[in-house]
Amino acid sequence: MASVDIDAVTKRYPGAGEDTIKGIDCTIEDGELLVMLGPSGCGKSTLLRMVAGLERITGGAVRIAGDVVNEREPKDRNIAMVFQNYALYPHMSVYGNMAYGLKIAGLPKAEIDARVQQAAELLQLDHLLERKPRQLSGGQRQRVAMGRAIVREPRVFLFDEPLSNLDAKLRTQMRVEIKRLQRRLGITSLYVTHDQVEAMTLGDRLMVMNAGMAEQIGAPLDIYSHPASLFVAGFIGSPAMNFLPGRVSDDATSVRIGHQTVVTDKARGQAGRPVTIGIRPEHFSLADTGNADRRVDLHVDLIEQLGADTVVYGQIDHAGDVVLARLPGVLTLTAGDTLPLTIDQGQLHLFDPETGKNLW
Amino acid sequence: MVENRPLYTWLSHAVLIAGVVLVFFPIYVALIASTHDLRTIQTANMGLLPGPHFWRNYSTAWTQGSDISGATPVWYMMLNSLVMALVITVLKIAISLLSAFAIVYFRFPFRMGFFWLIFITLMLPVEVRILPTYEVVARLGMLDSYAGLTIPLVASATATFLFRQFFMTVPDELAEAARIDGAGPLKFFRDMLLPLSMTNVAALFVILFIYGWNQYLWPLLITDDLETVVIGINRMLAVGDGQVNWPVVMATTIMAMIPPVFVVLLMQRWFVKGLIETEK
Amino acid sequence: MEKRVVFRSASLPYLLVLPQIAITLIFFIWPALQAISSSFYREDAFGLSRDFVWLQNFERLFADAAYLASMQTTAVFSLGVAALSMGVALVFATMADHVIRGATAYKTLLIWPYAVAPAVAGVLWLFMFAPTVGIVSFALGQIGIDWNIRTDGDDAMLLVIVAAAWKQISYNFLFFLAGLQSIPKSLIEAAAIDGAGPGKRFWTIVFPLLSPTTFFLLVINVVYAFFDTFGIIHSITDGGPGSPGATNILVFKVFSDGFIALNLGSSAAQSVILMAIVITLTVVQFRYIEKKVHY
Repeated sequence: MASVDIDAVTKRYPGAGEDTIKGIDCTIEDGELLVMLGPSGCGKSTLLRMVAGLERITGGAVRIAGDVVNEREPKDRNIAMVFQNYALYPHMSVYGNMAYGLKIAGLPKAEIDARVQQAAELLQLDHLLERKPRQLSGGQRQRVAMGRAIVREPRVFLFDEPLSNLDAKLRTQMRVEIKRLQRRLGITSLYVTHDQVEAMTLGDRLMVMNAGMAEQIGAPLDIYSHPASLFVAGFIGSPAMNFLPGRVSDDATSVRIGHQTVVTDKARGQAGRPVTIGIRPEHFSLADTGNADRRVDLHVDLIEQLGADTVVYGQIDHAGDVVLARLPGVLTLTAGDTLPLTIDQGQLHLFDPETGKNLW
Repeated sequence: MVENRPLYTWLSHAVLIAGVVLVFFPIYVALIASTHDLRTIQTANMGLLPGPHFWRNYSTAWTQGSDISGATPVWYMMLNSLVMALVITVLKIAISLLSAFAIVYFRFPFRMGFFWLIFITLMLPVEVRILPTYEVVARLGMLDSYAGLTIPLVASATATFLFRQFFMTVPDELAEAARIDGAGPLKFFRDMLLPLSMTNVAALFVILFIYGWNQYLWPLLITDDLETVVIGINRMLAVGDGQVNWPVVMATTIMAMIPPVFVVLLMQRWFVKGLIETEK
Repeated sequence: MEKRVVFRSASLPYLLVLPQIAITLIFFIWPALQAISSSFYREDAFGLSRDFVWLQNFERLFADAAYLASMQTTAVFSLGVAALSMGVALVFATMADHVIRGATAYKTLLIWPYAVAPAVAGVLWLFMFAPTVGIVSFALGQIGIDWNIRTDGDDAMLLVIVAAAWKQISYNFLFFLAGLQSIPKSLIEAAAIDGAGPGKRFWTIVFPLLSPTTFFLLVINVVYAFFDTFGIIHSITDGGPGSPGATNILVFKVFSDGFIALNLGSSAAQSVILMAIVITLTVVQFRYIEKKVHY
């Protein structure tokens, strides 16, 4: 059991002009599951691999259970890792794969047997121990990779996109299994993914990464409702948040989108400045007569009927930017209609167009 | 095939069968000649049917070599060939595996320098630098020894490249997983790379065994007592056209072909794969 | 392409490459440098004196009718071997690619000559064509063709070409077959739908797609004919007949000038020229492999 401290960690590859990881601070509490989320190339895997000891740390420190491990070999860090392609040893049986690390560590045979058996039962692999990896299905291989991590009884689990090689159905199923297992074993875990659904459902907290920086660290729902930046706002949520150029009114009580005005208390103190307005598609609702001050008219271009919801594509005030609205139920609309919508004002976000920071 | 043209198919079979016959013909003639006595052959009309002296010719060759006194028996020459071929094969594979491992899995000063040094050997077949190589071996006192026969032939760019190429295709994650499991470089080499390389080793074994067994110019110069069978046959011929004991020579020829042909046929699958991959 | 995973050790990599590098330095680099340096000297046959003669050895070689004849012989020989063995192999491979039943059997029956030593291949063919005992030369004599490799240079050349090509057929066959089998069947089918018959398909689709293999094999066969056929020449003709020898190819001449005539400076100069040829061929081959002519 251990916490992991990532303390001002940077990474620069030899010969590279700039840092790949530009100084990240984060503490993962004992037993917590932190998901590192970001687009490819953002540095999330590099950061994970630095914790694993597979990449050298250029600056800062990684501490596991309080000990600086920068110079320790992976095997001496008391970690286990599950790889994207599982990295099972193709010439060894399932048993051999799980036992290899324990054999190297010099554990007695009886102990190895017991641990492998226990992990195999936990993962329902006990009938497959003699098989070679190529004789297993994708989901079974994934479980063997998990098993290989579990038998080491590590203080920290590292997951590098472990589910991205599975088909959608299996991915959902394994996601649940991983969550259950992690809860049950209570092992501190770092989990890298680019899939936001995985991130939202698995993580105790998320670290949203962009270009070598941690844009925001927080609980999934906090990040969803209070994105710290345009990047985070656009990355979390599907369909993605709508962004529209706007301007705060001179009395700082409303924002203008084209010719339309929406009242919001988030504009306080920003009188007269240009902003980027962010609103999620699911935070529009059909307008009723009561709240005319938060009403916008959407000129409908296209609709998608999803059954439970209807996604409407259109423009507000013919401003050019395509706006999506996701409305519950089935709506009968055609292109060219004008649809009056109400914005849930607590869910309206204002960003600085220059820095991308959330202004509130 | 696109159209089903029975005539074309039959023609193909006919051409292939003719080809097989043509390719086999020299061997068949040798086989027939090895069953006749010298007198029948000297009249040049032994025909294409086996004669009655199979056993006598083969046992003469096996136990005495040609029937001239002081000749080397074929069993001894075959043994030399076998030792030479196996030593060359095993050492070539071993040193190539090690150097490919170093070049792929380590970063160290002069790494690319070493790589190019090995690459250069590809361009210098022994036939081309035969005299100076002979002088070097003579200076090192390795003439007429197994060491002199084999060691100069065991540096192999081809095998090193093949293993390097193969190691490059081994996923990085495998080495990372092994590292996390606590395997150092040598354990990783022994427990992962070596078992995974077995197909390549098998393919190279065939190619290099044949290379070793078939060596000619080098043993011809280096050896005196350590006659290999390929050399032995040509020494049997070096007595002038009139005195060649053809039945025994042909029996020896057949025996000399058996081990490498056997290896090729036995390991055909790996051999074909390896051959085509080495040249990629 | 480089590995992401790197083991760290100061001495281990050097230990691992040591055997290979030691052998390369002692048995490859040292002799090669030796050859280059002695190509600038003239030494008498007893090794008593040694004069630095600059490029004289090379100048003499290129003024020497025997050497120029040997070059021509080598060119005829290697092109003959390449053309014959590649042509025959391509026919066999095309047929084997066509027949579905038995293709594997034919492959097995055709690949084993690869395993026969060049010197042994030479003996096999010599035996069939030897004057007085050879059954083929005897049969040819019966129908009025006087085939004598001991007196007629063309007869001798033809025989060494056939023997060398025979041994190389299996190799070429394997590569052509692999090349043919890698051509997508859909391409052939598309051509058939466009109305091309088998012959037209071969020359307009298959052969162009096979050209990388063909070019590669051409280089390999030339290298083979240049350097790996010593045993064939040595056992069949010994470089003869006649003077300058009708089958005295360059590699054979290096050997006979160095070891038999003991003309060390000239032999070294010839080695240097041969090295230049191999290096050129290897570079050509690698250039091509890097580019991989594809359509």
